[in-house]
Amino acid sequence: MLEILLDATVRAGTPILFATLGAIINERAGIINLGIEGLMLIGALAGFAATHSSGSLLVGVSAAFVAAFAAGSIHAFITVQLRGNQIVSGLALTMFGIGITALFGKQLVGLTIDGFERVAVPGLSQLPVVGKAIFNQNLLIYLSFFLVAAIWLFFYRTRWGLAVRTLGENPAAADTCGVPVNLYRFLAVTSGSGLVGIGGAYLSLASTPMWIENMSAGRGWIAVALVIFAGWSSPKALLGAYLFGGITAMQLRFQALGTTVSAHILQMLPYFFTIIVLVISTLRLQKGASQQPESLGLPYDREDRK
Amino acid sequence: MKLVTERREISSPLLRFSAPLISIGFALFVAGFLLLASGVNPLEAYREILIESLGSLYGLSETLVKTTPLIFAGLGVSLAFRMQIWNIGAEGQIYIGAMAASGVALFSGIESHGLMLLTMFLAAFTCGGLWAGVAGFLRARWQVNEVIVTLLMNYIAILLVDYLIYGPWKDPKGFNFPLTAQFSDTARLAEYFDTRLHSGFFLAVFVALLLYLFMERTIWGYQIKVIGSNPKAARYAGMKTGMAIFMVLFLSGAIAGVAGFSEVAGLQHRLQHGISPGYGYTAIIIAWLAKRSAGGVVIVAFLMGVLLVGGDSLQLLWQLPVAFVYAFQGLILFFLLASDFFILYRVKLIKGAADA
Repeated sequence: MLEILLDATVRAGTPILFATLGAIINERAGIINLGIEGLMLIGALAGFAATHSSGSLLVGVSAAFVAAFAAGSIHAFITVQLRGNQIVSGLALTMFGIGITALFGKQLVGLTIDGFERVAVPGLSQLPVVGKAIFNQNLLIYLSFFLVAAIWLFFYRTRWGLAVRTLGENPAAADTCGVPVNLYRFLAVTSGSGLVGIGGAYLSLASTPMWIENMSAGRGWIAVALVIFAGWSSPKALLGAYLFGGITAMQLRFQALGTTVSAHILQMLPYFFTIIVLVISTLRLQKGASQQPESLGLPYDREDRK
Repeated sequence: MKLVTERREISSPLLRFSAPLISIGFALFVAGFLLLASGVNPLEAYREILIESLGSLYGLSETLVKTTPLIFAGLGVSLAFRMQIWNIGAEGQIYIGAMAASGVALFSGIESHGLMLLTMFLAAFTCGGLWAGVAGFLRARWQVNEVIVTLLMNYIAILLVDYLIYGPWKDPKGFNFPLTAQFSDTARLAEYFDTRLHSGFFLAVFVALLLYLFMERTIWGYQIKVIGSNPKAARYAGMKTGMAIFMVLFLSGAIAGVAGFSEVAGLQHRLQHGISPGYGYTAIIIAWLAKRSAGGVVIVAFLMGVLLVGGDSLQLLWQLPVAFVYAFQGLILFFLLASDFFILYRVKLIKGAADA
């Protein structure tokens, strides 16, 4: 029972994990991205369409990354180069994503592909309780483990990571040190967006190997909230995403067991829970448990430098 | 040769006023390519939108029917914008308002027409307000991000309405469809000219006028603007910013909630799934395009009404998904943000600066 639940937790949490990691990279560079929900849909559709026409999941995942990267570059251009309002631009990106995927996804509704399958790690997958949940999963889940570690190493163990973090804290200081502020911010937004796209592709290539209009169903927004919970750190993002995976898994389990509680009420739980988690993490934030990037949400103009 | 940008000393007034129109123009242009890619001739599509929404009295009445909830929701969102508060939850507040009004209509048993409508109105107003007030309280008390809270509550509100219409409120004679019973005549707004145009539209325009007077002619309106533009100065002047944040989000949600009342009492006469096909999200664009002015909201809501009525006919003619309208609205916002840049900055081409 526990084994099944843990396995379902990881599988339900992974798309949110990718999205949260992408959002963290955006916000570390000082740019709020509320387009996550739209980017997930763009990734889901691009991934599905490319896999369907090429027959290759690798092509699908790459297409998801590239499409979300490209869509993210609109947000990047508006917020970085044109210093536009980040909240409005992000909302616009979400609307654009919902609309354009509905338009181009119409012909793909009802088609199916062979999605990602489990690949067991010899030996380790036999471990009791956690073996199946961690070492008998699909390749995208292994990729997410790798990214959690790689992103942490990037931010805390490399010069570039330090430079990107400085962009979020004090872009003027970074500028003075010769960091190309706009270029790095642009790259952080676009590559973060690309990761969000892979999270979307997880939905259409692994969770349910088909395209359904609006299939992200608010996961992008949950990811935006989880960034605060995670305190802008990738290992904690993993924790947060699995927390939500766990709630989703339990909710599905309840439904499968045929409880008398309405499915609609059960479906509210993840959103309800996100709000509670958001309140708690905001309180912890104020107590200094973690630090929001100092210049988050502020456009940078060299002329304003003091 | 090099491109440089420099800040304008005074923002260009010509650009400021024409920017929304230019943005819509560019959005139409780009959306044209999206239409082409899905096999629809954009010129034909745009002609169709205009004819369907404005080409006949009936079309015009349908446009006003769609304009009505957009005005309410747009006013609600723009009120919060005035204080730099983001109410992204108008969609959920519409659902909650519709739910509250329907509850009164179905179960209160009030027999007087006027009293029934007034009670429905107040129920929608209060419940919409309290729904947004949750985010207002969390923001005022603990600085919790209201963008995320209001947005997530949309999902909860829609699921709550679904729960009711699939469960306890389902019409026993409705052949198991997820809808409530029809309202009696006491719970319906007046309709005009043999069309679906109902008195909710005039209520919306009236609320816009009230809101204008509230913002421009009362001390509370002035406080909201001060808190929005300079919270530190406001606190220094002794204004209670926490209370103001709660009140503004309450009022913002309440007005959006009235949209729900107007939809069920004036148009649908029952509570059902999809009571709002995204009016609450369109409201965000309306508030931004209208530059937060109440009169602007009415005008832009009408433009969006044209787009929505036209969008419906595109769906019928070419089977385009309704959500296509979102892509278009996203594009408008992108171009509007870009135009803000050109209002504030001048782009210059400097020749040979590096060679000399």
